Amino acid sequence: MGGTPLQQRFQLLQQQRRCALMPFLVAGDPDLATTRASLLGLQGAGADVIELGIPYSDPLADGPVIQAAAARALAAGTTPGAVLELLSGLRGELTIPVVLFTYSNPLLNRGMESFCAAAAAAGAAGLVVPDLPLEEADQLSLIAAAHGLDLVLLVAPTTPDERLARIARASRGFTYLVSVTGVTGVRSSLQVGVEQRVSQLKALGPTPVAVGFGIAGPDQASQVRAWGADGAIVGSALVKAMAEAVTTGGSAPLAAVNFCTRLRAALDG
Amino acid sequence: MTTTQPTPAELSQQARPNALGRFGRFGGQYVPETLIPALLELEEAAAEAWADPAFTGRLHHLLRTYVGRPTPLYEAERLSEHYRRPEGGPRIWLKREDLNHTGAHKINNALGQALLALRMGKKRIIAETGAGQHGVATATVCARFGLECVVYMGAEDMRRQALNVFRMRLLGATVQPVTAGTATLKDATSEAIRDWVTNVESTHYILGSVAGPHPYPMLVRDFHAVIGEEARRQCSEAFGRLPDVLLACVGGGSNAMGLFHPFVGDTAVRLIGVEAAGEGVASGRHAATITEGRVGVLHGAMSLLLQDADGQVQEAHSISAGLDYPGVGPEHSYLREIGRAEYAAVTDQQALDALQRLCRLEGIIPALETSHALAWLETLCPTLAPGTEVVINLSGRGDKDVNTVADRLGDDLRPAV
Repeated sequence: MGGTPLQQRFQLLQQQRRCALMPFLVAGDPDLATTRASLLGLQGAGADVIELGIPYSDPLADGPVIQAAAARALAAGTTPGAVLELLSGLRGELTIPVVLFTYSNPLLNRGMESFCAAAAAAGAAGLVVPDLPLEEADQLSLIAAAHGLDLVLLVAPTTPDERLARIARASRGFTYLVSVTGVTGVRSSLQVGVEQRVSQLKALGPTPVAVGFGIAGPDQASQVRAWGADGAIVGSALVKAMAEAVTTGGSAPLAAVNFCTRLRAALDG
Repeated sequence: MTTTQPTPAELSQQARPNALGRFGRFGGQYVPETLIPALLELEEAAAEAWADPAFTGRLHHLLRTYVGRPTPLYEAERLSEHYRRPEGGPRIWLKREDLNHTGAHKINNALGQALLALRMGKKRIIAETGAGQHGVATATVCARFGLECVVYMGAEDMRRQALNVFRMRLLGATVQPVTAGTATLKDATSEAIRDWVTNVESTHYILGSVAGPHPYPMLVRDFHAVIGEEARRQCSEAFGRLPDVLLACVGGGSNAMGLFHPFVGDTAVRLIGVEAAGEGVASGRHAATITEGRVGVLHGAMSLLLQDADGQVQEAHSISAGLDYPGVGPEHSYLREIGRAEYAAVTDQQALDALQRLCRLEGIIPALETSHALAWLETLCPTLAPGTEVVINLSGRGDKDVNTVADRLGDDLRPAV
């Protein structure tokens, strides 16, 4: 099977008629050893793609849960370099694709070329940059592609149709459909219109569509699957479950595994 | 940074910003996709509004009757005398933005954007504030037009600027404390942007400086350009020519851009922005973004930025809450890069000294922010030829700062009990 790791993974899932389980966690929250154990645990619990957040001081697109996680990770001294090193150390063990979630500034600070080269060398499959809209993405997408990385672009509920088509054409690996007008965080229900957006995007081409922002648990994950999405991204709810485990003296990796096992069952049910 | 002469093309008003919202390499729109349609809508609404005589007519009417414009250009005779050498010295003029309604230049922009929000049919307004002057100005215009108003303010700034918090509440605004990060202007701005991402369809964000994603740096500058336009006319009336030096403090840089903008093409006019050096640039506790920063992205724009080796945004420090910001408007980074404007930095102590000097010499209590520009006179004036005409933007009045100043000056000025 040809293509990038993300393309291969989604092709496989489409053949199996399954929806990708795509957990998000913040690297270094509360420390990198926890992240390492959680990444392997999530793979074991049936995750298809992992979105790994590089902690940033000013996460504009994130709600309180992920802001707090990033603050904990930074307080523990987590750097972008250390995150890539962790990933690099997992080569061979962690075989599912990992997409790095980073804000523009840490990426531009290092330089697009240098960042992409290092991310590729560490074994990352792609990049999501939540504050880099289509207008700013051309150059990075080319550089990322030259290193075999997919630059995933985001579509919002407010994105007009014509623009949606341009984003869908330019996105690589998959298109990230933001399901709510807002920042990341757990929502009790998903915004109306997500279903229509999924079919709109699916009609535009073969690029898979993954839905994220606001998915709280198994019910919403299976709803996203029923709407025809190729993947369900779960961030804040997972990060919160892991943080609660830490504060109650439990194991964050174990909490991550339990959380994803339930989601996997819902997506495959 | 290059220091070659800027070309006429670089200085043309049409090129600032270009069609992509860039000032050279600075500016742009580094924001979540959710906001992009709102930014396009705002850009179009602003262009239509400026072309509509009904809009500009109402704006100018309210600037005159509600804000109190034009503000005077005042000759500071005793301050000029203070810097006179045996052979003479510069003549110092104060552009009295402190005499505006609400006590600072901020209302020029707040009023303009509120009128734009009405045009766009947005009934809910959000804003960020540092010193509280932009928050007060926004709360004021929201009261004037019957708009709902939520102001995000760092918890640390609410402590430093308790008087302005009370003023905003009195005006009917909700002041939302922000405790994240350093609990100052940077974090208040992030929180306001997050609110906008969530409520973008009903809400207009009145950003208070020439920062943020395009079109804000241009929009805010254009509403403040009235400062420079008036100053240009007033200089001509007062001494029959253009001024030689324009001086203004720079945090995000709105009062400086408002004064500078109509003069950018007049390359004989020196433009000088003064940043906050806090406890000294070498101490690491400062807000001297242009002096010490590197290129980066904060709050939607590429500009100079105080950041660490990994690109994490650093904490700024200044005695003045309005300058306590690790970023700066992209047009300032551009004017510095092309060598059109100069930037300097003065410490908390220098600003405090300058504040007292203006009180004693001119009977004017300036804001701590403004005092940074005044402090640079100590360094600048000895280098200026006799007869040099210097215009300082007296961007705000200092009533809000008296508690901070009293704390710093110890018991010297406290009334004896």
